[in-house]
Amino acid sequence: MAVTLAAGTTAAPRPRSPKRATKLSPGRILAWTYLVVIVLITLFPFYWILRTALSNNYNLATNPSSPLPVGFTWGAFERALGIASTAQAQAQGGSGASLDIALYMRNSVIYATSQTILIVLFSAAAAYAFSRLHWRGRNLVFNILISALMVPGVFTLLPNFVFVKNLGLTNTFAGLLLPGALFQAFTLFFLRQFMLGLSSEVEEAAIIDGAGPLRIFFRIILPMSSAPIATVSLLMFVNAWNDYLWPLLITNSQSVEPLTLALGVFKQSSPQAAPDWAGLMAAALIAALPMLLLFVAFGKRIVNSIGFSGLK
Amino acid sequence: MVVTSPGNHTTPVTPSSGAAGAVATTAASPRTTGRALGLHASRKAGGPKGSAPTRSVAARRKDLPVALLLIIPSVLGFAIFYAYPTLRGIYLSFTDFHVLTPPSWVGTANLNELLHDDVFWHSLQVTVYFVVLSVVFGTLVSLVTAVVLHRVTRSSALRGVILLPFLISNVIAALVWQWMLDPTLGIVNIALKNLTGHSILFFGSGGWAIPSLAAISIWKWMGYYALLIFAGLQTIPSTIYEAARVDGASEVQMFRRLTVPLLRPILVMVVVLTVINSFQVFDIVQVTTRGGPANASNVLQMYIYEKAFNEFDFGYAATMSLALFVLLIAVTFTQLRLARANESDLN
Repeated sequence: MAVTLAAGTTAAPRPRSPKRATKLSPGRILAWTYLVVIVLITLFPFYWILRTALSNNYNLATNPSSPLPVGFTWGAFERALGIASTAQAQAQGGSGASLDIALYMRNSVIYATSQTILIVLFSAAAAYAFSRLHWRGRNLVFNILISALMVPGVFTLLPNFVFVKNLGLTNTFAGLLLPGALFQAFTLFFLRQFMLGLSSEVEEAAIIDGAGPLRIFFRIILPMSSAPIATVSLLMFVNAWNDYLWPLLITNSQSVEPLTLALGVFKQSSPQAAPDWAGLMAAALIAALPMLLLFVAFGKRIVNSIGFSGLK
Repeated sequence: MVVTSPGNHTTPVTPSSGAAGAVATTAASPRTTGRALGLHASRKAGGPKGSAPTRSVAARRKDLPVALLLIIPSVLGFAIFYAYPTLRGIYLSFTDFHVLTPPSWVGTANLNELLHDDVFWHSLQVTVYFVVLSVVFGTLVSLVTAVVLHRVTRSSALRGVILLPFLISNVIAALVWQWMLDPTLGIVNIALKNLTGHSILFFGSGGWAIPSLAAISIWKWMGYYALLIFAGLQTIPSTIYEAARVDGASEVQMFRRLTVPLLRPILVMVVVLTVINSFQVFDIVQVTTRGGPANASNVLQMYIYEKAFNEFDFGYAATMSLALFVLLIAVTFTQLRLARANESDLN
């Protein structure tokens, strides 16, 4: 970590210095101002979601610029959760349509979790075969598989839809999962790249001790790769949780639709003239909650993993 | 931080001169040096024709069945959901196909339609506009943010904060910005009205629709790309900067002559990713404008979706997907050539 870089133009080679030792130069003030602006732009929408969600939808129009909730109420959350009565909802500017968010939440959890587990498991196994095992044609097969990186989702989308539809798997979790759970070029590429970099000493010792390739995979390579595996797992989970287009094509039934689609449904059920922004923001907040919790729990790991994921 | 330094990236990136190389090597900590050596060894072993001194021919022979077993799911997934649909997509683009009836071959009729479809060309224009805005401003903001962050603070909390938008879905990002940009009640427009006297129809006017969508996209992705660049910055040994400083280089010179060249592989990657993602923008458009007003934000993916799922013209939709595919391949290849030129530059 190049701490010395932070020391500014006048920096003599200074030992790793704590914050108080750094000087307040104009450059630093400018830099911090920039960061504050960026952070404000980043965070403000999140605050605005909360502020709107805690407002009464009718009152929003009377004082739209108030920094605090207008006519504070939990009503929007009750509408989003479908526990407000129709009359109650309409009184606060909702449509009266209920949204079974718990069901959508369950669907999202099933989809994102199974997708993550399957793709990471399959990718790790293949990455091991492509990095630590030696067999004829290894690089050729790998290069062919990795060419999938070049195929944009746009292109495979329609044929995949037709294919899954012909299998009769629309509106099933199987149909939702199939295209992304077996193979994704990025996870394979990423895990293989890490495994290539592992030192072979331990592996060699195990080979001398007579361990077979499968045993080495489960006992040595997998544990050694736990950090990148956790990384791709987090990334895959976030991706699956936020997935929109594929579920939009493949599902139109409450029993499998994930949360991202539910938000669209909720938006459309709003009265055309004045959307139920409070209810919509409450629903958005509930939908984003798992990601926010994930962020609180694994923030540092996610932050580090992003950098890690970028390094080819 | 061990996590963030896979072996292959600790290989010191050195300028061509031998002296600087020596500096960079000594800069690497014992652990990274060890890793780099380990990588070197394993690369040799893993190379296509490389000799594997510790592996007997017998061991190799034993590897093959296990390897085939382990790659079955990936190969199946690739064959069924990438290779087959790619070929089928190409086939479908030469057919008339409305899902319920089997596709019938029409040759280049779809292609002819495409060439004379003004909406398609307009969509392409709109999409390219979106891509250019996203790439130029997105990369610029990400780069500046990463460099500033790297220089003034080590706080991973701050890095976490700028990453937050990346974690929420496009749908939520689109919804909250649509609310904030609402012509009458949106906080942004209220602020604008107070400052300039008039508000802007961000999604309702043809001129503003694409820039607004690009802004949402940049808001969502900026933190992610900034962290990628930040990670790249961390791999640059600080000794290089110290040496430059001793030689009397200014801040700006160091940024232009050291930071940017050493970051080029990462920057190229960020640009490639942004281009690929932006060309396929859909979610935020579908949630906010649905292509409107009057096709002003009718990006390609949106148009393809409309054709396929509202008009059920799958054949023509497949043709447009093919066009987008060819376009993406061309653009990506150009960029990857850039990236390769870089590699030889640096090593």
